[in-house]
Amino acid sequence: MSAPEDALVPAPRPAAAGPGEVLLTARGLTKHFPIMAGFPFKRRVGAVQAVDGIDLTVHSGETFGLVGESGCGKSTTGRLLTRLLEPTAGSITYRDRDITHAGRKELAPVRSEIQMIFQDPYSSLNPRQTVGTIIGGPMEINGIDPEGGREHRVRELLEIVGLNPEHYNRFPHEFSGGQRQRIGVARALALEPKLIVADEPVSALDVSIQAQVVNLLQELQRELNIAFLFIAHDLAIVRHFSQRVAVMYLGKIVEVGDRDSIYQRPRHPYTHALLSAVPEARLLDAQEEADDRERIRLAGDVPSPINPPSGCRFRTRCWKARDKCAAEEPPLVQITGSVGGHLTACHFPEEPTTAARDEDIVLDPALAAIEDAVPGPAAADEGS
Amino acid sequence: MSTLTQPAGPPAPAASGPFLSVRDLYVRFATEDGVVKAVDDLSFDLERGRTLGIVGESGSGKSVTNLAVLGLHSPNYTTITGEILLDGDELTGAREKDLEKLRGNKMAMIFQDPLTSLSPYYTVGRQIAEPFVKHTGASKREGRRRAIEMLEKVGIPQPTLRVDDYPHQFSGGMRQRAMIAMALVCNPSLLIADEPTTALDVTVQAQILDLLKDLQQEFGSAIILITHDLGVVANTADELLVMYAGRAVERGTVKEILTEPHHPYTWGLLGSMPRLTASVEEPLTPIPGTPPSLLAPPSGCPFHPRCGFVSEVGGTRCQDERPTLAPGRAAACHLSPEQKHTLFTEQIKPRLG
Amino acid sequence: MLRFLFRRSLGAIVILLIISAFTFFLFFAAPRDPALLACGKNCTPDAIAVIHKNLGLDKPVPVQYWLFMSGIVTGRDFAVGHCPAPCFGYSFANNDPVWDTILDRFPTTVSLTIGAAAVFLTAGVGTGMIAAWKQGRLIDKIFSSSSLVLSSMQIYFVGPIVLALLVYNLGWFGQPKYVPITDDPVGWFLGLIIPWFVLSLIFTAQYTRMARSSMIEQLQEDHVRTARAKGMTSRTVFFRYAWRGSLIPIVTIFGIDLGSLFGGAMITEYTFALPGLGTLAVKSVQNTDLPMVMGVMLFAATFIILLNIVVDACYAFIDPRVRLS
Repeated sequence: MSAPEDALVPAPRPAAAGPGEVLLTARGLTKHFPIMAGFPFKRRVGAVQAVDGIDLTVHSGETFGLVGESGCGKSTTGRLLTRLLEPTAGSITYRDRDITHAGRKELAPVRSEIQMIFQDPYSSLNPRQTVGTIIGGPMEINGIDPEGGREHRVRELLEIVGLNPEHYNRFPHEFSGGQRQRIGVARALALEPKLIVADEPVSALDVSIQAQVVNLLQELQRELNIAFLFIAHDLAIVRHFSQRVAVMYLGKIVEVGDRDSIYQRPRHPYTHALLSAVPEARLLDAQEEADDRERIRLAGDVPSPINPPSGCRFRTRCWKARDKCAAEEPPLVQITGSVGGHLTACHFPEEPTTAARDEDIVLDPALAAIEDAVPGPAAADEGS
Repeated sequence: MSTLTQPAGPPAPAASGPFLSVRDLYVRFATEDGVVKAVDDLSFDLERGRTLGIVGESGSGKSVTNLAVLGLHSPNYTTITGEILLDGDELTGAREKDLEKLRGNKMAMIFQDPLTSLSPYYTVGRQIAEPFVKHTGASKREGRRRAIEMLEKVGIPQPTLRVDDYPHQFSGGMRQRAMIAMALVCNPSLLIADEPTTALDVTVQAQILDLLKDLQQEFGSAIILITHDLGVVANTADELLVMYAGRAVERGTVKEILTEPHHPYTWGLLGSMPRLTASVEEPLTPIPGTPPSLLAPPSGCPFHPRCGFVSEVGGTRCQDERPTLAPGRAAACHLSPEQKHTLFTEQIKPRLG
Repeated sequence: MLRFLFRRSLGAIVILLIISAFTFFLFFAAPRDPALLACGKNCTPDAIAVIHKNLGLDKPVPVQYWLFMSGIVTGRDFAVGHCPAPCFGYSFANNDPVWDTILDRFPTTVSLTIGAAAVFLTAGVGTGMIAAWKQGRLIDKIFSSSSLVLSSMQIYFVGPIVLALLVYNLGWFGQPKYVPITDDPVGWFLGLIIPWFVLSLIFTAQYTRMARSSMIEQLQEDHVRTARAKGMTSRTVFFRYAWRGSLIPIVTIFGIDLGSLFGGAMITEYTFALPGLGTLAVKSVQNTDLPMVMGVMLFAATFIILLNIVVDACYAFIDPRVRLS
């Protein structure tokens, strides 16, 4: 990035948000989407329990990663925190201000401080607006007149995100996917936010472009001290980007803690299974085989959030589940052996290390059946 | 490289040469903007029981190649030249009627999105049984029995009940299992899986990849696994073909390529991906720029506008001369083997370590 | 299914109430007195007052509306005697019972519309499919371009030309007429063949274009590609996999088109002087014949709504996702 240094430093920043200070807090945050049916008057027959009582805190300047599979409620959480959705229950506090049910007017100042980057760089930019209008729009709406004029600022922003300022008058379709995502980033930066909620910001991009955008976001965070809520399904990207990570499953946070603690010493069986399922390409030493990690294969897919399992929601796919798991919901607490701030919601947590186990866990009936019938690759190699 | 065409008349002997052999394949699409050179001089071989991973980004030609193997491109807009030999039979220019007999029978395909790739209008059982009934001449009743058997094999619980369900009543992972059941129903010798797990969750992806691997053990099919994710092929494939801008840029076994990749593009791919075990202090090393347009691909080496090692080659060789991909373990790059080795061990490997 | 029918019937009644109220009050907004028609040449204000009283026009409009609507359900007593339910009253123009007149005229209109719908659905969807099947070939170009021309052929333009040419000049067909199908099926068919053709022409052209594009769109679908990948013949792919999906937009548009089909039928009846609801409606409007206008209006609306329910039920047959969710 060849942006001049002064462009990166925004207008004087209020001193209130020092590093490490609590920026955003959610307590018992819940979103149930009602399912209406019946006749002649529709009534509530159930609810999609998209997010169900989660607590989280984002500090200024940090990246908080939210990871989970589809339907776990991570995107809904992002939309609740930016108040694109109204929470069913719980509270959201932004810098000591309760914004849980704040109206349009009350939200206006907060909206400019919390911005969002979306997944799809194709559909999240208005195709009929020029880049200049798209990026300058937020300033116009909020009546912000930066020094040197809005156009000057937009050109500055284009340069910050690594685009040519000359492209001010171009339309989104003239850009590639990666460049469009940069436009999305510039738009989010226009109001000098304190927090950016990035919902799968790179998953629609090609591998080689993903890294460009991830690096851009990291640079911006370092230079502008913006806090990120980084929502993604890709565990490796979340790990690369976040200092703290929360793992979600069916609307609940099942484990949260510092990055290293979560990735090296997962205590929740689900976190463990997720980590073992990530396919990874890494360089091999001459004698090494690619597939030497332990393997946990869960059965089936994630259950429906309309009718989640009782007790621990993961129990239907968990190899450790016992009666207690169905009867009692495990609280999200720090368990013995975890470092401070590492909370786990499990009755029968894993040992605080992944290296301890060498046996594969295969819950999938089809895999188990085939592997019993046919000698596995290891056995076949021994035979030959 | 043989340019023999099969003599008409008696069927070719089956055992000579590799099971699937693609030679000098070109695929071009006529569009309003010009001719898209989607696949440009591609050759590869695949033996029975082996898995070939084809890795590339969008527009690299990986899917186009495999649709060409099955003959699924519309002849109105597509020109295909070169040879595709399946078990000795020439597939390029083959009659649609003959291809229909092979598709779903000797060669089958699994697609990326199991929701849109299964017909919403017919039951899962019927869609699985259909190719079986067509290719083996079995009765509808036998077809249904076979569908149940296949559903059981791919791990659908209560297959006798689920056989009469419609695809939308299945979850994402189950749909992909049904898709696999459909592809394997006639014991195909060649199975092409086009991004089979991209639309699925991580835990389900792992199940499906394992399932494919295990089923291969049982059926002995050759598999082509197309993906953008090197991680997916790392544990699943035997051989690897890296594609860029419609061309193969590197070929080798998975072991060889992951031990010492030769092509700067492969280095770039590896450097772009964050890994669970890498240091988080180290920033990612993305490939600069964007993939080229296939309407007017760059001259010489198509990767040269994004390559950081053009100066190592010297002169304008990368811009002018197209590097070839030698048979066997090879990379289509003008760097000398020594240069590649030195650059890799001194610059690339420490960063990826 | 029963639930669906119950729900739709209830909705239909609401719609019919709205339509009836709208028509009724609109009628009185017009600056014409229906009594003038009945009064004849030597009209005095006294005579008009008497007629007003006889026709019930002296009461406030909402009361008249209530009497009219309740008459449909319970029947109504007039000076001439009891009118059993469903009672739409008697024509202002000739004192015929409205309900009987409608029942008398209805078969003509039904024969005309259903027959024309059958023609344009088969011909339109058929040519559209052939055009899609031979996409880019000569036959596709012929069908596509001729459908473009034909879709601007209005009934009042084509009708007289066809009549002049085929009936009066060449004498290939007899004068279009309505013969009840129960009396003489052949006569019924021959009498209606020209009205069917004229009414369906413009629709056929539109459905050709729609079926073609819908089919071509379906052929791009992933699941159609899957069907080809598993070795289904192009015929199977076309007629089993793609065809089914292409019906959905056609059925949707057909539901919307029902209204204009009735409109077209009215013009066609008028053009060929067929004794249907269309000619009846035109005449009653000209005569300010309130009960007749209301009767035809409600009857036609009911018929359209019923057909729409049938169309919606068709979705369930075509698409299992609708059936099961």
